[in-house]
Amino acid sequence: MAKIIAGIGSSHVPAIGAALDNGKTEEPYWKRVFSGFEKSQEWMRETKPDVAIVVYNDHASAFSVEMIPTFALGCAAEFPPADEGWGPRPVPVAKGHPALASHIAQSCILDEFDLTICNKMEIDHGMTVPMNLLFGKIDKNGHWPCPVIPLAVNVVMYPPPTGHRCYMLGKAIKKAVESYPDDLKVVIFGTGGLSHQISGPRAGLINSKWDKAFLDNLSKDPQKLVKIPHIEYMREAGAEGIEMVMWLIMRGALDDKVDEVYRFYTVPASNTAVGHIILENKAKKSVGKRKPAAKHKRAAARAKVDRIRS
Amino acid sequence: MAREQQHDYDDIPGTFVFDAERSREGFGINMFCMSLMKDENRKAFKANEAEYLKKFKLTPEQTDAVLKRDYNRMLELGGNIYFTAKLGATDGHSFQHLAAVMTGSTQQDYAEMMLKGGRNVEGNRSRTGKNTPSKYMSSAPAKKAAAKPKVKAKSKSAAKTKAKAKVGKSKPKSKKRK
Repeated sequence: MAKIIAGIGSSHVPAIGAALDNGKTEEPYWKRVFSGFEKSQEWMRETKPDVAIVVYNDHASAFSVEMIPTFALGCAAEFPPADEGWGPRPVPVAKGHPALASHIAQSCILDEFDLTICNKMEIDHGMTVPMNLLFGKIDKNGHWPCPVIPLAVNVVMYPPPTGHRCYMLGKAIKKAVESYPDDLKVVIFGTGGLSHQISGPRAGLINSKWDKAFLDNLSKDPQKLVKIPHIEYMREAGAEGIEMVMWLIMRGALDDKVDEVYRFYTVPASNTAVGHIILENKAKKSVGKRKPAAKHKRAAARAKVDRIRS
Repeated sequence: MAREQQHDYDDIPGTFVFDAERSREGFGINMFCMSLMKDENRKAFKANEAEYLKKFKLTPEQTDAVLKRDYNRMLELGGNIYFTAKLGATDGHSFQHLAAVMTGSTQQDYAEMMLKGGRNVEGNRSRTGKNTPSKYMSSAPAKKAAAKPKVKAKSKSAAKTKAKAKVGKSKPKSKKRK
């Protein structure tokens, strides 16, 4: 069966992509940001996931104000980078995993999460920047190391889905992945944040204390985060800081207890506090090692379902 | 424009939350901004701004805000920052320029504030004095507070950077696939 083995939280600041595309990574300002992801790239090379689910938000690129889906799952075979007004970013077209994606869509919808299905979709910096930070810079004629499944979340128009809803969707995604018959190692990205406000007279707001508490709780006590109302995110972490709810989808898709293997935090990148975390399921080590008999597999699946229900 | 309804988030100072009401009112502004993704539209707009705007059914106030590049007013009247930023880009401005305009500072002062750790949340939470930090801002479990050592105070350097790695310390685990 497929299994989510780890979750990655990462900011998706557009200026990081611009710095990468324009060869500014060695400038001290940007080196400070990129150096925080060196270990993560090493981790990613060792982990070699078969598929990455990337929870992100579109920034008026693929979706305008004509259609604002709360959760939109990319089921296409490929996802070209969007032209955000300066030409598409020079990154490869991302290959999708339509079979797993449509399996997730079917499973989640029957679990009462009414996902919008996108069979044609472009992806913007919200998705490609975290991919670059974790997979490294890749020439546009090259290939990303694994297929991806984009999950676009509306965090642009208020109200975004609640933190609790996001967390529960994560659990539904976990269940969906674990009921997929092929052996696949899956990682899930939660992107956006951390504290930032880029609109209005209060633009420039950063709240490092909030961010640190968020990362701590994400790792150890996500139940606490699930209760945070939107007003608190906006007041404390900025109007656009509300993107942080997307990290809760990633967290929900992991086991209750996880190992925090890496964390990085720096202020600022452009207008934003950059946060990054890698959380591994404790069971990760055993993935793919044992091949339980079919009977055991079914029993294990039943136990999983019961756990989700409880 | 008066808000049809008051919301808890209207109490946040210097912030225009892009909610359903603003989304509805600002549809024209945002669709206009979206049109600027295409080069031919950027040229048409630049050639005759007022004329180009007529295509988008803006209110007179919205048209005025766009022509005057009053970015805060655009947000108040339903523009969304990810959309209005496209207008800024059409004018050849960086995002930081827009941020400086919206915050009423110079670009240099704004950039400096960001380098020093950004705008402090203290005193910036509420118009009506709700300035107590959120109860969600603590990471200590309620039962055993003070279990963790306090976070180190802000470093003196302009930018704060912190990385904590357990990766690489241990030998790579064997990763048999399939």
